[in-house]
Amino acid sequence: MRVGLEFDETRPVALRATDLWKSYDEGTVAVLKGVDCEVFAGQTVALCGPSGCGKSTLLHLFGGLDWPDRGLIAVNGVEIDRHSNLLRLLRHEVGFVFQLHNLIPDLTLAENCLIPTVAAGIDRPTAMTRLGELAERTGLSHRLNHRIQKLSGGERQRTALCRALMNRPKILLADEPTGSLDEKTSSIVFDLLLDVVAAEGITLLMATHDRSFARRCDRLVEMHDGKILEHTYAS
Amino acid sequence: MIFLKLIATNLRRHHIRSLISVAGIAFSVAAMLTVVTILQGAIGMFSRILSNDSEVIVFERDVSDLFFSNVPADAAAQISSWSIVAHANPVLFGIVSSEGHPIITCFGVTPTDARIQKAEWLLGDRGSFARQTDDVVLGSRAARFLSATFGSRVQIGHATFHVIGVLKTANGFEDGGVFMPLASAQSFFHKEGTSSVITVKLRNKDAIATFKNMIAAKYPDLTALEDVEFTRSYSQFRILKATAWAVGGCGLLLGGLGVANTMIMSVFTRIREIAILRVNGFSHMQIGGVIFGESAVVSAFGAVVGLLFGTCFLYALKLIPALDGYVDTNLHPLLVLIVLMLALLTGVAGCLYPAVYAMRVRAVEALRFE
Repeated sequence: MRVGLEFDETRPVALRATDLWKSYDEGTVAVLKGVDCEVFAGQTVALCGPSGCGKSTLLHLFGGLDWPDRGLIAVNGVEIDRHSNLLRLLRHEVGFVFQLHNLIPDLTLAENCLIPTVAAGIDRPTAMTRLGELAERTGLSHRLNHRIQKLSGGERQRTALCRALMNRPKILLADEPTGSLDEKTSSIVFDLLLDVVAAEGITLLMATHDRSFARRCDRLVEMHDGKILEHTYAS
Repeated sequence: MIFLKLIATNLRRHHIRSLISVAGIAFSVAAMLTVVTILQGAIGMFSRILSNDSEVIVFERDVSDLFFSNVPADAAAQISSWSIVAHANPVLFGIVSSEGHPIITCFGVTPTDARIQKAEWLLGDRGSFARQTDDVVLGSRAARFLSATFGSRVQIGHATFHVIGVLKTANGFEDGGVFMPLASAQSFFHKEGTSSVITVKLRNKDAIATFKNMIAAKYPDLTALEDVEFTRSYSQFRILKATAWAVGGCGLLLGGLGVANTMIMSVFTRIREIAILRVNGFSHMQIGGVIFGESAVVSAFGAVVGLLFGTCFLYALKLIPALDGYVDTNLHPLLVLIVLMLALLTGVAGCLYPAVYAMRVRAVEALRFE
């Protein structure tokens, strides 16, 4: 099943998966079973489905963190495989936000956010300017020099969002970004996420269990047992 | 900056473990420095005994130890008469024991020997040396441990000698030694007509090659070596040096294993953190760089602490009266550099496996791991 073409064929395809297969434990646990999917530039797409249906695996494959057993992946029109420049992909093309914030606890908020810029060799003044912009937008300006242990759950997840966007990626892959937060904080973080991706023209592919959040995306893709079952467009 | 902060953070997070690693390297460096410096000092002292106002040593060819060398006494007289030679002094080395003192070094020398002529005489008159066969001169440390002074009689080995002087030299071996007339020493050690070495001063240093050729032609059983050449090639010195470096090396190896252990634990306990760095664009080399950086900091810090500790230890040894004159506290800059480099290399080698392990961490698996 091909999904997503109906969104806007004039836009370039940001993410494309073609007949994607992935299994674990030497092929005994099949996670993806022939996934075809396209996400257009600037689109926000929610991946929904029960635990273990392959949402996270699909995100990891798009981010170059794992390899499919079979099938093709293209990011911004460039096919990626084991020989691709994965560092370029991770440093400049995609940003990740996980369910757990995955911040380094002994560093400050600012230091955590600067990690991707250090990896990419971005000069400090440029990095600090970008950090200022994102901190302002996410309401974290007053917490820049605080250690992660001192931040609330929502602040930590907002920090993770800032970090993911530091190098101005064109694509944001979010794996249940509000999954570890309470309802109120989840809502705040999700609103912020949508605001930021809209403001920066970022393509968002987000795995989530929260239907209410999923319905606020441009498209909802339903996964089940390693396959894409259907897709729904925002009205 | 963040890179350095990551290194510092990881070391601070497990500070006790980091400190133990630093201590491991520090003790290793201190041990190596101390052992090598003491042995080099000892070798230097022994070399200076041989090179006292001379630049060439003549001794029996192919002997394993100078104490076994037998140089005919008439050779010294012959060599002295050569026009290129300023002076040639036979010296007989011997070791005896006396009650409470298992090792006393004896030097059988002639009255013209530089040790007698140039040393600072604390008691007695240098002109009186070798007038009587049972006269001896003691180094100041020997006088102390033998409880002897000018005019007293001392038991050395099986014989009793009359102390006619006490002299002070900067050389620990000489200062703890007994100087006796060559003839008395030959008789005492049953080496009549021989000496252990002949120390030779040439009129012109450029004539060393000529001198060696003359010795080879005239005395095929003897060999002549420059002082430096002798120090470099003498098998006993080489064994001592090799032993010192081996002992120090073992110490350093243990220190390196400590660093390896720390770094392995450090990597294993932050697999997730390494995965986070990877997801945020850190290359394998950058991740390896963090691990190498931590190890380098531990090693460098350990090396500096070890250097300070070793130096203090050497000075402390020098203050022990029994070791006075035997311990040379002069740290050779090259030795310090070698030890520091070895410490750094050991530390870096110790983190090879942890670094490779960290570089191979698969982010997707590590992030699943809670």
